[in-house]
Amino acid sequence: MRRQLKSPAGAAGSAGAADPGALLLAPSRWRLWELALWAAIWAVPVFFGQHAALVNEIAILALFALSLDLILGYAGIVSLGHAAFFGVGAYGAALFAKHVMPDPLVGLAVGTSLSALLGLITSPMIVRGTDLTRLMVTMGVALVLLELANKFDGLTGGADGLQGVVMSPLVIPFIGRFEFDLGARVASFYSLAVLFIAFLLLRRVVHSPLGISMQALRDNRLRLMAIGLSVQGRLVAVYTLAAGLAGAAGALLVQTTGFASLDVFEFHRSADVLLALVIGGAGWLWGGLVGAIAFKVLHDVISSFTAQYWTFWIGLFLVLLMLVGRERLFRPWSWFKRGQR
Amino acid sequence: MTHSTTTRRHHLATLAGLASAALVLAAGPARAEDTVKIGVILPMTGPSASTGRQIDAAIKLWMAQSGGKAGGKKVEVLIKDDAGVADTTRRLAQELVVNDKVVALAGFGLTPLALATAPIATQSKTPMVVMAAATSIITEASPYIVRTSFTLPQAATAIAEWAAKNKIKKVVTLVADYGPGNDAEKFFSSQFQLNGGTIADKLRTPLRGADFAPALQKVRDLTPDALFVFLPSGQGAQFMKQFAERGLDKAGIKLIATGDVTDDDQLNDMGDVALGVVNSHHYSAAHPSAANKKYVADFQAANKFRPNFMSVGGYDGMRVIFKALDATKGAGGDALLAAMKGQIFESPRGPVLIDAQTRDIVQDIYIRKVERVNGQLYNVEFDTLKAVKDPGKLK
Amino acid sequence: MLTLLFDGIAYGMLLFVLALGLAVTMGLMNFINLAHGAFAMAGGYILILLMQRAGWPFLACLPAAFVITAAAGALLERTIYRPMYGKPHLDQVLFSIGLTFMAVASVDFFIGSSPQNVQLPDWLRQRFEFGSGPWMLGMGAYRLFIIATCLALALGLQAVLSRTRFGSRLRAAVDDPRVAAGLGIPVNRIFLLTFAVGSGLAGLGGALGADILGLDPTFPLKFMVYFLIVCAVGGTSSITGPLTAALLLGIADVMGKYYLPKLGAFIVYVLMIAILLWRPQGLFSREGKR
Repeated sequence: MRRQLKSPAGAAGSAGAADPGALLLAPSRWRLWELALWAAIWAVPVFFGQHAALVNEIAILALFALSLDLILGYAGIVSLGHAAFFGVGAYGAALFAKHVMPDPLVGLAVGTSLSALLGLITSPMIVRGTDLTRLMVTMGVALVLLELANKFDGLTGGADGLQGVVMSPLVIPFIGRFEFDLGARVASFYSLAVLFIAFLLLRRVVHSPLGISMQALRDNRLRLMAIGLSVQGRLVAVYTLAAGLAGAAGALLVQTTGFASLDVFEFHRSADVLLALVIGGAGWLWGGLVGAIAFKVLHDVISSFTAQYWTFWIGLFLVLLMLVGRERLFRPWSWFKRGQR
Repeated sequence: MTHSTTTRRHHLATLAGLASAALVLAAGPARAEDTVKIGVILPMTGPSASTGRQIDAAIKLWMAQSGGKAGGKKVEVLIKDDAGVADTTRRLAQELVVNDKVVALAGFGLTPLALATAPIATQSKTPMVVMAAATSIITEASPYIVRTSFTLPQAATAIAEWAAKNKIKKVVTLVADYGPGNDAEKFFSSQFQLNGGTIADKLRTPLRGADFAPALQKVRDLTPDALFVFLPSGQGAQFMKQFAERGLDKAGIKLIATGDVTDDDQLNDMGDVALGVVNSHHYSAAHPSAANKKYVADFQAANKFRPNFMSVGGYDGMRVIFKALDATKGAGGDALLAAMKGQIFESPRGPVLIDAQTRDIVQDIYIRKVERVNGQLYNVEFDTLKAVKDPGKLK
Repeated sequence: MLTLLFDGIAYGMLLFVLALGLAVTMGLMNFINLAHGAFAMAGGYILILLMQRAGWPFLACLPAAFVITAAAGALLERTIYRPMYGKPHLDQVLFSIGLTFMAVASVDFFIGSSPQNVQLPDWLRQRFEFGSGPWMLGMGAYRLFIIATCLALALGLQAVLSRTRFGSRLRAAVDDPRVAAGLGIPVNRIFLLTFAVGSGLAGLGGALGADILGLDPTFPLKFMVYFLIVCAVGGTSSITGPLTAALLLGIADVMGKYYLPKLGAFIVYVLMIAILLWRPQGLFSREGKR
């Protein structure tokens, strides 16, 4: 049954034997709900301009979560230090804007490349070891970078942060020149656009042979090796890509807010993005977006009632979510059934 | 794929639900025409939560005492929590200015939080009252920033002068490694050396996860006459204990500090190890003025804890805003800023002036010693330096 | 220099007691329990509450901290931890992070966020000094007490592990739970007991460490990294592994902060990454562990 992976459209619905190629590629076609959802997302900054700052933050978190989804949902790597790449992209872009040139797009490229480089360098650590060692190493890298940023405070501003990152206007060929305004409207569109492009890119990757082999790796690494595919190379490629995207999110953050602080390397960043991804569901790209929106909205809503005890409720939510099982969260009637695990 | 179509649909339904809930909440109530709003951004959660708590209590006290009216209009105070994260502070400031149209911003528990918000104040021409952060350069970050807290150089130079005049020749400095700490170290050293003293070493501890054992060991090895310390409030107790435990007091090393280490909020719980520590600061709960006695009494009646120097920053900040609103009849912008500059009044801490040129606070700095009064520990003032301007601006 | 070594040993022993429960849980039940720090914090707060509100003497509070935390651990194991055993590590990580958040917020709510002070009895506040100059050895009584207690615990636990029936059953269950169950060893009960003792040890460690490490609601988040480092480096299949790793960590940390203050905590993390790269299974693990 050796067939090409690319099957003609429409073959997926044909009766009879399942075509593995079509089965695997079927999700790669754009569904109506996906288009509708993206239209709705783009409409928000247009019609709800007063929330532009929040939209900007959500877009950045969504991009960050998307990059984590690549390694967590698709490759099965548990990382508690993804903020390392976020931070490197952030400081890279900030220092570039301050000392070299303040163009936002070039700065974005610089931030992304720097963090992708870091991802490449640290990827050998991810390939070896157990879940626990991977967890420790990823956390360790983030902590080391936090300390480094703190020590080299002549360069990074240390605990006070790097201030005065002023970006020049965003120049998009054929469309126009946009200055970053106080109301964050331009910022929100900028971040949303980068998020959209990243989403399209990841969609392509996930539905390519590389992406599908990553899922196979997540599900059963030994078997993948037995088939003769290289685990190492794939992991390195995916980890580097994820690192680059996380760096892009970090670069967006400093470009749209005008400063960089040590907070970008903090553990709570890694934990928050993991949380957002889990809320949205790992393993389908929309999880990053849904989770980021839900997380930020929930945070805002709960904080206005009980400013101090957001951590308690999110903790409780996590515990319950894990106990009932992530897939069952959205089907409350199955919580009390002793179904199969 | 791990998710079936049904699960995805449920995800989307939830998302739609959440989005509409968010929009409903965002709509908010309509604004009355004769109300002015003040946006206060404080770290109510996170490591600086005690700062937020003190200032929040002080603001509530002020609102209760003043009746909540200024310049003929009702004043509404919106308190937001930034958890000490600078991005959040900036976003909240943006929302307060653009959506809620606040006439003034206030709060700012740490230096990076204030610095991050400065461009917003400048761009929107909104006066920004810094009630807690204490690094010198903050007021230079925007022409709209007014400070009612204090600056570390004010406290550090005061204690350096006292030390030089009191037979202390050789000092080791130990500060936390961040903006205010660097300020404290720099100004203490220069003032102390100006008066003929020597600095044997300058030690730094990280802001987070500070471990004093190695640093204290170094101090012990250097045998100075005194150890000058600056630490953010919250680390003081831990430090004091280790100081005594390592036998430094018995080795004849005096402990001098800025008042952050003997913060009124925690002083009483520190126990006898804190007795005798000479420090300099702008506010003590034991300050013997009628205004302060009333302030402390009212504050403690409403809360279970004592007011500390952070709370006076908040209390006086509110006064500055209210008096300025009275002068401008509720208007904001440049007029409000102008009305804030040059204000001179009696605060629970003592006499206070908001300098018209630097927009920074000019106040008395007291030299105090920790003593037991009526069974509780207090910073008892025994010397005063009058009308200290921020030395950081004079350089 | 000798004083520093002494301080480092004391710190290391403390970390050992704190991290031991975590190591055993991970080795035995293959469960990454990031809420272990919360048990340690609980022990510290139990000490504070008993001393300040109920007026108990310091020495009586230590066993109380152990017992109460162990009981809490047993209860939690039976009710909410057990369903999580077979689940993927990510779920366990998130679950335990959730528990930690709940613990941190609850303590913040009921007790408040300011750091707590332990008033040690006078006989523990003494200081003994021998020699002078750079080779002076200054030993605080409290740190001596900690070293003695932790050493006794380590020896006692090692004895239990290697000389008692329970110990051999535990070792069997760690090696292969399925075969152990097949031999009639009550694996569930062993899990329960081990988890309870591990949590109790954490509580005791938290109580002992409250004076040195500081106690506030963010304690679990601050120190969890160190516990994990001890487990990752020391391996989870013995007592000597974590002990050596903890001592190494403690001494490296203290020495590093003294001699290279610019690098400070950085050294510990780099050391950990280096060790894990060289030996991904930890320094002392037996080959072929999961």
